[in-house]
Amino acid sequence: MAIEKRVVFRSAWLPWLLIGPQAVVIGVFFFWPAAQAILQSVQQQDAFGTSTEWVGLANFERIFSDASYLASFKTTAIFSVLVAVGGIAVALVLAIFADRVIRGALAYKTLLIWPYAVAPAVAGVLWLFMFAPSIGVVAYALRKAGIPWNHLLNSNDAMTLIVLAAIWKQISYNFLFFLAGLSSIPKSLIEAAAIDGARPWRRFWTIVFPLLSPTTFFLLVINIVYAFFDTFGIIDASTEGGPGKDTAILVYKVYYDGFKALDLGGSAAQSVVLMAIVVTLTVIQFRFVEKKVNY
Amino acid sequence: MVERRPLLDLLSHGILLIGVAIVAFPVYLTFVASTHTASEIVQAPMPLLPGDQLFHNYAAALTGSEKGQGSGAPVGRMMWVSLVTALGISLGKIAISLLSAFAIVYFRFPFKQLVFWAIFVTLMLPVEVRIFPTYQVISDLHMLNSYAGLTVPLIASATATFLFRQFFLTVPDELVEAARVDGAGPMRFFKDVLVPLSATSIAALFVIQFIYGWNQYLWPLLVTTNESMYPVVIGIKRMIAGGDAVQAWNLVMATAILAMLPPALVVVLMQKWFVKGLVDTEK
Repeated sequence: MAIEKRVVFRSAWLPWLLIGPQAVVIGVFFFWPAAQAILQSVQQQDAFGTSTEWVGLANFERIFSDASYLASFKTTAIFSVLVAVGGIAVALVLAIFADRVIRGALAYKTLLIWPYAVAPAVAGVLWLFMFAPSIGVVAYALRKAGIPWNHLLNSNDAMTLIVLAAIWKQISYNFLFFLAGLSSIPKSLIEAAAIDGARPWRRFWTIVFPLLSPTTFFLLVINIVYAFFDTFGIIDASTEGGPGKDTAILVYKVYYDGFKALDLGGSAAQSVVLMAIVVTLTVIQFRFVEKKVNY
Repeated sequence: MVERRPLLDLLSHGILLIGVAIVAFPVYLTFVASTHTASEIVQAPMPLLPGDQLFHNYAAALTGSEKGQGSGAPVGRMMWVSLVTALGISLGKIAISLLSAFAIVYFRFPFKQLVFWAIFVTLMLPVEVRIFPTYQVISDLHMLNSYAGLTVPLIASATATFLFRQFFLTVPDELVEAARVDGAGPMRFFKDVLVPLSATSIAALFVIQFIYGWNQYLWPLLVTTNESMYPVVIGIKRMIAGGDAVQAWNLVMATAILAMLPPALVVVLMQKWFVKGLVDTEK
């Protein structure tokens, strides 16, 4: 595909007029705030915004020596790995079986994709309702089965709750991409292996799974980005980062420190760290996904 | 099908049915809860079959006639705010992206590369990482508690521009030549040739952006402080005032169902475009 058109229109002012609306919007609501975040990260402001002081990298030193910030890194890492691996594994299983069945394939697909439409915050409320210690059906069933459950007190329970909700919401997305990946694998390869006597299990591990690896890798990056940023609603609606700060992932902490604790410098410094993480993830995604991992 | 394996077929259906059941269970439970009285739900275990309070609960939620512990704002109003926001974000994004992609692909102008990269960079940073400064901009512009404040900052991302750019690059040059021979100017070409050709891309993008707009949480949480400007997703959160015991859970759950309905309908009814949009925007 050509990067440039051979035939173009000529006008000195029209392209600027066309690009104007987008330029204004991204200038005012993207570049200006992003620059402000970087600027604020090297300043210290009091909570009423009356005085601002230049502090250099002190904010960064402060957040990186703050045990709760480092703990939040660990929380985020555990959370995103569990969400990404869990979500991908469940979706892969479902996609493989959905790719096999002929009868009812469309019905299964329709029934599996709609959670994509559920807002993260609503997903959080739904799962909170099931697991609420005093009234939740699942919490009740767990208690009957002799497993104590209280996500308000036990941080492992709280983590389990948000991981389950986050996976539930992301399955449909992963499922669709695996289904697309599976349908692009040539049937002749599978048939040839079957004629050679390879059984379904073996065919999956030696042919299907390796050929799906670009999809899997792509989804891994997307799911990590999802766990980092799009799960704010789930956490705020279900655990609010608690108990203590045990489910406060990085994005939650930026929000909390900025808007609740009014530590603007610290929050801005955290924003800058987050920006660096997103940019790194994006670069990884572009470099590796373009190269099509493994073949 | 490669070979006949009745047992494996059975297993496939079994696993898929379990998958569907797990995916559907939370929503089923929500629906059941929305058809009972609040006191029936808080007696653990809550009933697992629908009750008879369906119309009462939904009517109460939509009109906000029963004040709960938290916010008792009418959900009907919230749904309207959500709808306007979602449409504003999706249509706004599509409009400004069509125009800028048209400029980038069909014109040569100074600093074009720079403009291109400036738009490209916005792909990388979601609003979540620059919330506080963006909030300050909105507050300085007096856009808190307004539709403009809810929508415009979320339009500032380039996914759509890139999608349209990719698509425009595949449009044959002969069409431009033909249009020029026929004496059509750039805007005429844009309106009569390019936009109609992009119809499927526009539809696909609309589905994705509508869902994105409807489901926004963090941003509306910050810029709306006035009950009459809450989108429905925020409304639910505000209804759960804190703690889990004394809630009007039946109304909260009715609201949750109402909040899920429009985007779920969009996904199911526009499934073809939804899948296309999802796959295209991530490329």
